[in-house]
Amino acid sequence: MTATVDTPATGGPIGRRMKRKEDPRLITGRGNYVDDMSLPGMLYMALVRSEIAHGKIKSIDTSAAKDRPGVYAVLTGEDLDVGAPLPMVWVPPGIEVKTPEHWPLARGEVNHVGDPVAVVVGGDKYGVIDAASQIVAEYDELPAVIDPEKALEDAAPLVHEDIGTNKTHEWALGGGDIDAAMSDADVVVERRIVNHRTAGAAIEPRGCIAEWRGESVTLWTSTQIPHLVRLFLAGELGVSEEKIRVIAPEVGGGFGSKLNHYAEEVLACYLSRQLGRPVKWLETRSENLATTTHGRDLIAYCKMGLKSDGTITGFHTKLVADLGAYYQLLTPFIPCFAAFVMSGCYKIPAVQTDIVGVFTNKFATDAVRGAGRPEATHAIEVMIDQAAAELGLDPLEVRRKNFIPAEDFPAEVAVGVVYDSGNYHGTLDKLLEHVDMDAFRKEQAELREKGVYRGIGFSTYVEICGLAPSRVVGPSGVGIQGGFWESAIVRVHPSGAATVYTGSSPHGQGHETGFAQIVAERLGIEPENVEVMHGDTDTGPMGMGTYGSRTLSVGGEAAGRAAVKVQEKAKKLAAHLLEAAPEDIELSGGRYQVKGSPDKGLALADISLAAYVPENIPDGMEPGLEETSFYDPENFVWPFGAHAAVVDVDPDTGKVEVVRYVAVDDCGRAINPLLIEGQVHGGIAHAIGQALFEQVVYNDEGQLITGTFVSYALPTAAELPSFETDRTETPSPVNDLGVKGVGEAGTIAATPTMVNAVMDALRPLGVTYMDMPLTPMRVWEAIQTAGSAEGGAS
Amino acid sequence: MAENVRVNVTVNGESRDSDVEPRLLLVHYLRDTLGLTGTHIGCDTSNCGACTVLLDGESVKSCTVLAVQADGSEVKTIEGMAPAGNGALHPIQEAFWEHHGLQCGYCTPGMIMAAADLLERNPNPTEEEVRHGLEGNLCRCTGYHNIVKSVMAAAESMSAAKGASA
Repeated sequence: MTATVDTPATGGPIGRRMKRKEDPRLITGRGNYVDDMSLPGMLYMALVRSEIAHGKIKSIDTSAAKDRPGVYAVLTGEDLDVGAPLPMVWVPPGIEVKTPEHWPLARGEVNHVGDPVAVVVGGDKYGVIDAASQIVAEYDELPAVIDPEKALEDAAPLVHEDIGTNKTHEWALGGGDIDAAMSDADVVVERRIVNHRTAGAAIEPRGCIAEWRGESVTLWTSTQIPHLVRLFLAGELGVSEEKIRVIAPEVGGGFGSKLNHYAEEVLACYLSRQLGRPVKWLETRSENLATTTHGRDLIAYCKMGLKSDGTITGFHTKLVADLGAYYQLLTPFIPCFAAFVMSGCYKIPAVQTDIVGVFTNKFATDAVRGAGRPEATHAIEVMIDQAAAELGLDPLEVRRKNFIPAEDFPAEVAVGVVYDSGNYHGTLDKLLEHVDMDAFRKEQAELREKGVYRGIGFSTYVEICGLAPSRVVGPSGVGIQGGFWESAIVRVHPSGAATVYTGSSPHGQGHETGFAQIVAERLGIEPENVEVMHGDTDTGPMGMGTYGSRTLSVGGEAAGRAAVKVQEKAKKLAAHLLEAAPEDIELSGGRYQVKGSPDKGLALADISLAAYVPENIPDGMEPGLEETSFYDPENFVWPFGAHAAVVDVDPDTGKVEVVRYVAVDDCGRAINPLLIEGQVHGGIAHAIGQALFEQVVYNDEGQLITGTFVSYALPTAAELPSFETDRTETPSPVNDLGVKGVGEAGTIAATPTMVNAVMDALRPLGVTYMDMPLTPMRVWEAIQTAGSAEGGAS
Repeated sequence: MAENVRVNVTVNGESRDSDVEPRLLLVHYLRDTLGLTGTHIGCDTSNCGACTVLLDGESVKSCTVLAVQADGSEVKTIEGMAPAGNGALHPIQEAFWEHHGLQCGYCTPGMIMAAADLLERNPNPTEEEVRHGLEGNLCRCTGYHNIVKSVMAAAESMSAAKGASA
């Protein structure tokens, strides 16, 4: 089933390495991000935020701010009258999730640094910041709850006194007899693996403009989910949904952090209504790092049972998830998403994941690129290397021994989900065509003689994406209160050009190019003549948004299906015009022609003109050439791959240098290899960032000490190598396009690859396992500790 | 509040006179006063480089320069990189398009301006020199791979064009 890559499957637009249609405006400074827009009479909004982690609000003195010229409104939590708190949409059947009310402005108590306590609106961008700085809030401080494991102890102070516990919920997913699996094992390897808190850190911070006119409001907001934001605003503002228009204009990156509905969106709308003027809010980077969702933050207690030949008998993980003080959209669900891929690429008879969520006085965690799957993959892939080392086996052989074989697909794993298609040996084989292991081990030994500690690490991953079957993920299944389909309208114009309206909403992925390729192929025109419109609740069909690597396999498939409906109508019309039977019309080389008589054919432009000037169309056929499709997939899709990293560790400084990074991914059939490579590169860099540099750190008092890009260390070009990428193509049987997803693959595969590589380098120095981030100081300390332990033993 | 100050700045070849607050940042002057919104803002600590422009030919982070400091100077922004209209592009812009050197596009204007300065100083950089030259500009989408490729390709095409015209 695995095909060679990079050859267009059809010779048509699908598979073409096409330059992006988005780029001409973006490379000339003509993009239109939220901050690039100004409206007549527009006012500016700024927030006053808590500087302490936990306390009762004693007083908020707004008088000086109110007295400033140019200030139009000052509100605190007591003044704000909205119809509903901010949403959290996971209600798992039979499980109680303790849920604190989360209002746009704090009421009575603050629960994390950055918790908004007041909002100011003024006529001047700088003046409104001056006014905000004159608002004085006083608190009776309460003890801050920071360490999630200490938070679960009986004597721990409570984040929410009224809830009575810091435990948010317990949730489990498993299959097979885990106790028997562990008894059957020759060895049980146990590790505590911390997957630390990170930030999405899109380079465009969040921002929005609300404009109330008459009974209707328009909100331009930097979001991944405009249609859902509209639905939530309807409840909060007490306004009927059709009177709300939400537009996601150009969005400067999301990475999950904009898969949310935030307080500021409500406040801007609320104040625009109150003041009768447009209100703009722009997040500063400091606000972004404090109050835009964080990701990860799980402590995993992993137990892997194996036979002495490396056969895995069972994998049991207990996850402690630090969720912060309040929930955002999916906060308590995200760690649970990890449980669905805890089998990895392996045939494991018993797999069990037990999750405990914890409140702390921090900002909420939620989806960040990968959202649960990087955490799961990190745990499994690090454990495989740890177990292989304990058993004295080659970690790649342990992987091969346990891979689900290609002939087993579709393959049901222990937790009950069905992997659609896969060839795990295939991607690993291809990876090893790029990495000569014998040569590497020889080089490694030679370098060690010279005091250079070089290591190689691998991971082989599978991910769950393409959310998803609504019946599985929705209210009566996993419990997310929504549907997970996508939609598209394909409209062919009289000239034969087309516009696609998608409910999916991009922020850098290249929808306008990829969807144009799909629709162009289905219609028999060129992608240059297909425009893709998105991100506007008034002009496109409803959609669930762009996240979870679902765009192509759900949204792209919907666009493809709408185009097929158009093609079917075009064939009927062509048959009428050519005086042939509809079943005799085929689309070939951009022409709707009679089978066997290629001289008798029409271009789409001929057919569309006839459809819009309907003097000669079949009886009963409606004029026009436009179709809609809503698509809800029957299963998830399961991309996979094999990654390798080569690193050098300087034992004197602890600095890790990435020498090579090689990735072989399989995301099903390729629509545009250029876009796939770009997604893989970005994902890998994101994960190398987590593995080596990035960490959101709160100190014991709950102060955020990584509140700017000075201290929150995103990797720069100078810290990364060029990446070597390759692919295999195993089509998905789930959708007609045969596609999977690739937006998160790099983030999912690369953290364990990096940790395994660094451990391979450090094993001769006695370091066998370390948590991320592998910063110079931590690596150096680990080397020192291991050295003194070995010195003591000798 | 301090009184406004008269500044004259030549922006993309056009002389502009404005009265500005002394504390007004150059980036806000460009974006809000002149309406040149191609220059972006991504942080508040001069780390991200999204606001990079050329000030008298050298790249600066325009969030770290006051408008009054630019008085009497020449500024070039992304809008001034290519001749206006007809879809004309600067070779660096061409290369970013050709090599998929951008995704969300937010860091892109700053990257292109930083690259322009880099290639002005070093017309034939090695990959390592490009990587170090762009150290002051953050991108979250591309992993820099295709940005570096774009800048290397631009260097080549600009050198070739120079060679041809010499």
